[in-house]
Amino acid sequence: MELVFKWEWLPQLGRGLVLTVELTAACISMGAVLGLLLAIARLYARGPIYWLASAYVHFFRGTPLLVQLFMVHFGLAGWGISFTPLVSGIIAMGLNTAAYQAEYFRGAIQAVKRGQTMAALSLGMTWWQTIRYVILPQALRLVLPAWSNELVYMLKYTSIVYLIGLPDLMGVGRTIASTNFRFFEVYAVVALIYLALVLIITFGLRLVEARIKVPGLGAVRQ
Amino acid sequence: MSLLVVEDLHKRYGKEEVLRGVSFTLEPGETKVIIGPSGTGKSTLLRCINRLTEPDRGRIWLNGEEITSPRVNIYRIRAQIGFVFQDFNLFTHLTALDNVRLGLIRVKRMPKREATERALRELARVGLADKANAYPAQLSGGQQQRVSIARALAMDPKLILFDEPTSALDPELIGEVLEVMIELAKGGMTMLVVTHEMGFARSVADEIIFMEKGVIVEQGPPEAIFTRPKVPRTAEFLRKITEFYGEQG
Ligand SMILES: Nc1ncnc2c1ncn2[C@@H]1O[C@H](COP(=O)(O)OP(=O)(O)OP(=O)(O)O)[C@@H](O)[C@H]1O
Ligand SMILES: [Mg+2]
Repeated sequence: MELVFKWEWLPQLGRGLVLTVELTAACISMGAVLGLLLAIARLYARGPIYWLASAYVHFFRGTPLLVQLFMVHFGLAGWGISFTPLVSGIIAMGLNTAAYQAEYFRGAIQAVKRGQTMAALSLGMTWWQTIRYVILPQALRLVLPAWSNELVYMLKYTSIVYLIGLPDLMGVGRTIASTNFRFFEVYAVVALIYLALVLIITFGLRLVEARIKVPGLGAVRQ
Repeated sequence: MSLLVVEDLHKRYGKEEVLRGVSFTLEPGETKVIIGPSGTGKSTLLRCINRLTEPDRGRIWLNGEEITSPRVNIYRIRAQIGFVFQDFNLFTHLTALDNVRLGLIRVKRMPKREATERALRELARVGLADKANAYPAQLSGGQQQRVSIARALAMDPKLILFDEPTSALDPELIGEVLEVMIELAKGGMTMLVVTHEMGFARSVADEIIFMEKGVIVEQGPPEAIFTRPKVPRTAEFLRKITEFYGEQG
């Protein structure tokens, strides 16, 4: 069987690519903010706040992403709450990655030595100042390698949104393939584009890591 | 008026009563040294004084203000009490300069330029002007401890608490830290120092407090404590510690 490649696929796939990147960026940043708050809640809060944050993390880590996506998009519609596919995708995947990021942040915050907090408090810093100026700058450096992995996972996981009708990279690929039946070639091109993105992200984050590196504050690669 | 008054301090961890009614005072410009066996509550006492640990009972006054009162703004009080830790606890992600500057900028809300000048002055005072841009991991233990003293000094504290400031150091690095502390004592800083450095205690302290099992067993001027202790336990402890560490160390 001969392989076929058509240049005209690329502009279409390019539009899908833009959507994939936008979706990834939106949910990873939503997840970062929410994840950080969840981590802080699980570490420092007591009572209902701690309990809610923990339940949240366990729920979103313990159930399949696809189920979560369908619950947001189709499930909530039954209650009269409906979103466009794009909004559903961002919400479901943002909520999901928040739970994973919360665990990474929590581990990194715990890895910051207790003496650092004591020293900050002894200067008269408040709890928020201590977290903001002493704990987070160290924790974020420690978490970056794990966080890079999460970003790569998210980028790949966004490919499930074609199931709620979004024309992302995967969705566009599927449309092209089902009209010309060149499944292998089209999906191979799609895969290569994902791979290129992953490599760019990985390389970019390594540069960031090197830039913010501080002697004696080693990030653990996994 | 005493700068610091500690009255009947109690602290318990679970079943263990770590502080069992500790009282003493510290006059302005005075250096008091606390000695005593391990696990006696010396660190707990220091941490209670700036309320990094909450005492269960007892009261503390700083400059006539009761700082154990629930209404007091503890952050404002802590900013007036320097704390030097056994293992330095310099902020790992910050240079020496930024370590000294952070409290000035964030707690004292000093403009950045002024804070930088002040921090550089304090680093020069501990002999580390040339290390301003080094990170803690790039400094020796002795240098790290001197930076941490500079960090405390920059805040213009009324009092500095030292918790075994030389115990984590290699023997050859102890001297440089003690020198800085001796200069401070001479310069009129009020200091409360937990240490096993008997040479320092003997020559620098105005008074020595011997603590054991959560109480003050004996206190008095170094001459009295070292040459004619009233309590046998004091003599016994001093003999042991001198055997272990030697006269100077
Ligand atoms: N946060 C804590 N939780 C539980 N127990 C503690 C805590 N801090 C101290 N202790 C206990 O209180 C006792 C006194 O400890 P502390 O550190 O004050 O003694 P110390 O005199 O400073 O001893 P060292 O010379 O070893 O530093 C010890 O038995 C210790 O185990
Ligand atoms: Mg101690």
